[in-house]
Amino acid sequence: MTETIVARPPLGAPPDRETLLDVRDLKTYFRVLDGVVPAVDGVSFSLGRGQTLGIVGESGSGKSVTALTIMRLLDIPPAEIGVESEVWFDGREILRIPIGEMRKVRGNDIAMIFQEPLTSLNPVFTVGEQIAEQVRLHMKVGARAAWDRAIESLQLVGMPSPKQRVKQYPHEMSGGMRQRVMIAMALSCEPKLLIADEPTTALDVTIQAQILELLKTIQQRTGSALMLITHDLGVVAEMVDRVVVMYAGQVVEHGTVNDVLLEPRAPYTMGLIESIPTVEKRGGRLSVIKGVVPSPFHLPPACRFEPRCPYAWDLCTTEAPALVPVAGADRVARCHLHTPAGESRRAAAKAHHVDAMHTGQTMKEEPA
Amino acid sequence: MTVASSNGSTAAAGGPLLEVSGLKKHFPIHGGLLRRQIATVYAVDGVDFEVQPGEIFSLVGESGCGKTTLGRSLLRLIEPTAGSVKFHGQEVTGLSADALRGMRRKLQIIFQDPFGSLNPRMPISDIIGEGLLAQGLTDRKTRDTKVEDALETVGLRREYTRRYPHEFSGGQRQRIGIARALALEPEFVVCDEPVSALDVSIQSQVLNLLLDLRRDFNLTYLFISHNLSVVQYFSDRVGVMYLGRIVELGTVEELYRNARHPYTIALLSAIPDPDPRRRKKRLVLKGDVPSPVAPPPGCHFSTRCWLREQLGNPERCVSEAPKLRTLQSGHRVACHFAEDVAPDVVDATIAQQKADVPELSDIA
Repeated sequence: MTETIVARPPLGAPPDRETLLDVRDLKTYFRVLDGVVPAVDGVSFSLGRGQTLGIVGESGSGKSVTALTIMRLLDIPPAEIGVESEVWFDGREILRIPIGEMRKVRGNDIAMIFQEPLTSLNPVFTVGEQIAEQVRLHMKVGARAAWDRAIESLQLVGMPSPKQRVKQYPHEMSGGMRQRVMIAMALSCEPKLLIADEPTTALDVTIQAQILELLKTIQQRTGSALMLITHDLGVVAEMVDRVVVMYAGQVVEHGTVNDVLLEPRAPYTMGLIESIPTVEKRGGRLSVIKGVVPSPFHLPPACRFEPRCPYAWDLCTTEAPALVPVAGADRVARCHLHTPAGESRRAAAKAHHVDAMHTGQTMKEEPA
Repeated sequence: MTVASSNGSTAAAGGPLLEVSGLKKHFPIHGGLLRRQIATVYAVDGVDFEVQPGEIFSLVGESGCGKTTLGRSLLRLIEPTAGSVKFHGQEVTGLSADALRGMRRKLQIIFQDPFGSLNPRMPISDIIGEGLLAQGLTDRKTRDTKVEDALETVGLRREYTRRYPHEFSGGQRQRIGIARALALEPEFVVCDEPVSALDVSIQSQVLNLLLDLRRDFNLTYLFISHNLSVVQYFSDRVGVMYLGRIVELGTVEELYRNARHPYTIALLSAIPDPDPRRRKKRLVLKGDVPSPVAPPPGCHFSTRCWLREQLGNPERCVSEAPKLRTLQSGHRVACHFAEDVAPDVVDATIAQQKADVPELSDIA
C-alpha cells in the first residue's frame, strides 16, 4: 500500500523501556466548512508502565479527541493529524503503522472505555457474545474457550451471577452493570493500557463509587496503566498519580495530582479549583472564571486563556506562553507568570488564589 | 375558595411558606390487550416537609428517587395522586384552573435542561413574555421593556430579545430560563438541577446569580440536585430522598457533619473530593436502586443497607416502614436504628467490605 507521501520529518528516538506511552507534539485538526478547528494543538505527555494519568478539562478542551487520536479512531478526513506528531506505545510508533496493525494493538494492548455504556454496546447481541467476539479476535481461541473467558471477566468486574448475566442483552441491565460489562470487555485481553473516557459521568454517585473502586482494584491487580479522562477534579484526585490539565486544545499544566490540585500554577487551573463549591466557601460568593471557552475559529492571538484571565497583562496578548518548568517542582505550566517576565506578579497571583480558596469571591466582573 | 391576593397573603406570616404533607404521585403502567393497569410506579410515596420563607431547601437523591416528580407536583405541573401542598397556608392541590393560574405567578420553576426547555422556534421576547401576557402583567406595548428588564437582571444584554435559543451557550440559556421564571416576580422558585448540565466554571456563575437574585428579590428556593457538594455550599436545609421517600432531613451543618441515615452516610462517603489530601476509604453500597415499580417492603433502603447487615438483618426493617422521626440533635431521620449509627460502626463496615471483586487466583 502506498500512501500519499507527505514530507514527514524522521522519527525521533524511541523512549526508554519503562515508558509505556509517549505522546509527542500531538496535533489533530478538523477541516470543516467554516475553516480548520485545531482540536488538539501540540499536546505532549508520557505515561510509565502501570502508572495512572488523568486528563482534565471542560467540554471542548480536546481531551477526548486526544484519546481518540491515540487510538486512531478518528476518520481521516475530516480529521487530520499533524505530520510532526508522534505517539510511541510500548516501544513502537503507532500513528504511522498500517491500520490493520493498529487493530491488533487496539483491544490487545490498549483498551478504551467510553462514557455512555448503552451506545457503546450492540443492542442485538448478548453481552457474552460481545465479550467473546473480542476475545476470539484477539486471542485466537475457540468459541467455547472465549465464552468461558467472557464469564470469567464478568466475574472479575464483580458482576453478580455472571453465568446468567452473560446471556443477557444490554437493555436488561442498569447503567452501572453496563459499565461493568464495558470494563470486562476492555480487560478481557489483559491490555497494557486502559483509556477511560469519562467512565462514570453518566452514573449516579453511589454507582460511580462502585465503578471507581473497581477500576482502582483492577488496575492495581493487573498492573495495567490507566489514562483517565474526566472533567471532575474529585475523580482525578482519587484515582490518579499525575494529571494533565487541558484548555482550548493545549496542555496548560502538568504535574503530580497533589501539586496541581493543591497548588495550581496555571491561572486556568487556579480558577477552575476556586470555582468548585466547598464547605469553606459557604456564605461567600463562588469565584468564577469570567466569560466562556473561546470558539475554535476565533482563538485569542497569543495566550488562549488571556481574555478570561484575572492576571493577564500586555505581554499575554502579544506573545503565546510556552510550557515552562515551575520552580521547585516536577511540573510545567503554560503561563508568562512563571517566566522571568512575570516574576514580579507571581506572588500577588498566588496570594489572590489562596484568598479565593477560603472566602470565595469574584475573580473579575461577570459578563454583562 | 379564593386565591391569595397578588401582594401575597399576610395571614400566614411567621408560618412556613410551603407545607407539604403526605404527598404521593403514583404513575399507572398500562399493558396487555385491554390496556388495563398492570402496575404502578411509586415515584413519590408519602413526603412531608415545609419550606420557611427566604430559605434554600434542597432535595438530593440519585436518579429515579422522585425528586423531580416531587418538584413538579408542588406546582401541579404533574397532578399529585394524594396529599396536600399549602402555599401561604392555602391549599394548592384543590385549586380550580383559574385560581391555580393566579397562584402559579408566585410559584415558578427553572428547568434542568437549558436545551430542551426553551422553544427553539420562539425568540427570547416570546419565551420570557408569554408568561407575562398570560398573567396579565403587561400588554403587547410594554412587553418588550419588561423582557429587557428581566434579561438585564440575569446578566444578559437587553438587545438579546430578538434572538433565538440556538444562538446562546448553555450558561446563557440557563440564564434565560431564570429570567423567564423571575419576570413574573415569584416568591417561590423550584430550581430543578439548574447547574447539572453546565461546566464547572459556568456552574459557579449561575450559582452566584441565583444567590444574588434571592437576596435582591427575597426569593425562597426549592433546589433539586444530585450534586452533594453544590447542595452543601448552596442550601440552608436538605432533604435526602430515596425511592420516593425522604429518609433524612436537617440543616446542612447537622446533616453533613452528623448524618444518621445509613443511605445518607453512604451517599456522603461517595462524593469524590478534589482535595487529594482527603483521599478516603469509601463506604460502597452494594447493588443498584430497586425499581420504583416494586419497592422493597418496609424500609425501601433495606435491600442495600449496610447497617442492617451489621445488626444481623433485623426483621423490623422489612416488616415496618420507618417513619420520619425527630432525633435529639433536631434533625429528622427515617430509620429504626438511627441511634446505632456511630463512627466506629461505619469504620468497621468499611474495614469489612471487600471490594466486590474476587481475587485473580479465585478465578483461574
